[in-house]
Order: sequence, then structure tokens, then C-alpha cells
Amino acid sequence: MVSGLSSRGADGRRLPTAVKIVIAGGFGVGKTTMVGTVSETRPLRTEEVLTDESVGVDDVSGVERKKTTTVAMDFGRITMRDEYVLYLFGTPGQERFWFMWDEVALGALGAVVLADTRRLADCFPSVDYFERRGTPFIVAVNCFEGEQAFDLAEIQTALNLGPNVPVMLCDARSLESCKKVLIDLILHAMKVRGLAPEPQQA
Amino acid sequence: MMPPEDPTQERWPDEPPRPAWHEPAPPPVPPLLDDPSGPMVRPYVMTSGRLEPARGKFDLITLVVAAIPEPDGQLGLGPEHLAILRLTQQVMSVAELTGHLDLPIATVRVMLGDLLDQGLISMQEPEPEADMHDIRLYKAVIDGLRAL
Ligand SMILES: Nc1nc2c(ncn2[C@@H]2O[C@H](COP(=O)(O)OP(=O)(O)OP(=O)(O)O)[C@@H](O)[C@H]2O)c(=O)[nH]1
Ligand SMILES: [Mg+2]
Repeated sequence: MVSGLSSRGADGRRLPTAVKIVIAGGFGVGKTTMVGTVSETRPLRTEEVLTDESVGVDDVSGVERKKTTTVAMDFGRITMRDEYVLYLFGTPGQERFWFMWDEVALGALGAVVLADTRRLADCFPSVDYFERRGTPFIVAVNCFEGEQAFDLAEIQTALNLGPNVPVMLCDARSLESCKKVLIDLILHAMKVRGLAPEPQQA
Repeated sequence: MMPPEDPTQERWPDEPPRPAWHEPAPPPVPPLLDDPSGPMVRPYVMTSGRLEPARGKFDLITLVVAAIPEPDGQLGLGPEHLAILRLTQQVMSVAELTGHLDLPIATVRVMLGDLLDQGLISMQEPEPEADMHDIRLYKAVIDGLRAL
């Protein structure tokens, strides 16, 4: 415990450790769908209310006059053995809310950048963001156009990704597909962080 | 941005699966934002205009649990603080609290700081970024995903 604060509940049991994965990508690319597909509970939504000044709301009187925006993030939960709990956060679609991204990317195990082949460029800002931040990420191409065989190497080039960034196809509505994306992300994150991948079961 | 859509709702049972460390579900929280002046104003009233919690960082995935059983009386607390104590009878992340309470993150953070200050909640901050080299963590996550 870094904070030195109590990490035990009323009954003295140790609290689990929470980890998170970020699901990013352009508008309407399937972020909320992916969160919902894997979440064990109904996905929830967390909101931040912004004012024009974004900070400094210290008296109530002026609040109504300020223009406010709500930034929402959808998130879901998966409970793991060994007292770990995994949260998945779908980033807000609009790129101008970078401060929310910072909050959600800090301490993330890794990120999935969802891409739509019809609008590949939409995922550039997400790719740039995680590259700059050094967050391990993979690109998952959401197959809106059906099970077509996309040339993943071509997408890799189009996105100007390094050869070490995995690119894969997915269907955000399919549990098996989302599981594979997330497991591949974790394996990639281990590699990026210099951890040996788990031994193959023979 | 679309809220999670209705057709998918049957996927989640009314009672979500309870992991070992969960207590029985708390009673539903009464709606908080019934004030006609609307949700834009009330959060700042609840926190008396404060923007930072008195104590604690409260990351989105900081886990919070009540340090006391559900209070009978008011303990001099407002309804929102009491709602947090009710919800955190089972371990819950800050993000989940904001979702259940339908309040902005900043507001919930300030209220959590108050409760922490009074010793009414305990919390577990997530691993700092630098500490993410524990291979057991990755193995547990992979196993958990495989088991879905
Ligand atoms: N065909 C197909 N449709 C999908 C897939 N994933 C999501 N959709 C649909 O695409 C639409 C948008 O998906 P969302 O999950 O809301 O996308 P989002 O990224 O959360 O959107 P914003 O939050 O608005 O940026 C929904 O109607 C989904 O049902 C997919 O893999 N294939
Ligand atoms: Mg969405």
C-alpha cells in the first residue's frame, strides 16, 4: 500500500486490487459495445460535468450562466481470481476531452484501439495518444462490413504502426472475439514491460 | 453518445454474480437529483463548492468499502454521504459509485474525502503505474478472461 491508509473493510478482509484496460477509438466504432460484451454487470456510466472554465467553480450563483458539457465514459467490470478486479473503460469519443483520457490511461494495463476500415483515420488520435504516453496498445479492426479478409499488413502500414504493435480483426458484439482481443492485449503488455509470456500448456 | 442499449439488458441478471468478497446487494439508492433546479447546481451544494477531496486521491478504480455497518441514524451526514455508506457495504470502485449515484466524479471524490476523514470508509488505491511488473497480476487477468 503506497498511501499507507487502511485497505481493510469493516470485517477486516483485505480489499482486492483493481486494474483497468482502456477501450479507445473514433466515434461510433464499437467502444461501448465491447465494454458491454465482456462486462459481468450491466455497464455503468460515469460523468464529469465541465464548465467553460473547466475549473474554478467556487460559488453556486454563477453556475447556471456557464456553458456546461458532460463527458461520459462507459465502463464494465470483470472479477478475477486472486482478488483482482478488472475494469474496462470506453473513452469519450471526442478528442478534446484529453484530460479524461489522462485520468483513465494513468495506470492502465493497456489499451485496445478500435478501428473501422471504412474510416481508418478516425483512430489516429488514439494511436498517437497511446504511443506518446507509452501505454501498451493493440489495434482491433471492428468488422462492420462482415467477415471480409482485410489485409492486416496493409492496415498496419496505413496506420503507420511499428511492426511490434499487434493488429487483429474483431467483432465487438462477440464475447469470444472480445476475449481474444483482451488476452492478446495482456500478452502484448507483458512483452512491452519485459515480462516473460506464460508458459504454453502442452 | 448512446447509453448502453435496452436490447442488451437481458444479458445481465438483476443480481450480478457476486464474487467472494461481496456482501449481499445494498438496497437501491433513492433518486438524489429530484431538485427542480437540476443536477447542474446540486453537486456543488453537496460539496459546498469544494473541488478537491480533503483526503485521498480517489482514482476511478480506487476501491472503497465502508468501515462501519450501515448506519441507522444520520451521523450528521447528508443523504448523499449516507448513500455512499450504503453502497460501500460491498467493495466498490469510485467509478461504480459515480455510476450508481448518478453524480459527477468530482463531487463523489469530495464526499469520499469527507468520509475518509471521519474514518467511515477504507480504500485501496490501485497499483501505481511503476508497479505493474507483477507477473501474477497478468496471469490472473488472462485466466479471468479465459474463464468468461
Ligand atoms: N456490424 C457491426 N456493428 C457493430 C459492431 N460493433 C458495434 N456495432 C454497432 O455500431 C454502433 C455503434 O457502436 P457503439 O458501441 O455505440 O460505438 P461507440 O464507439 O461506443 O460510439 P461513441 O461512444 O458514440 O463514440 C452500434 O449500433 C453497434 O451495435 C461490430 O463489430 N459489427
Ligand atoms: Mg460509446
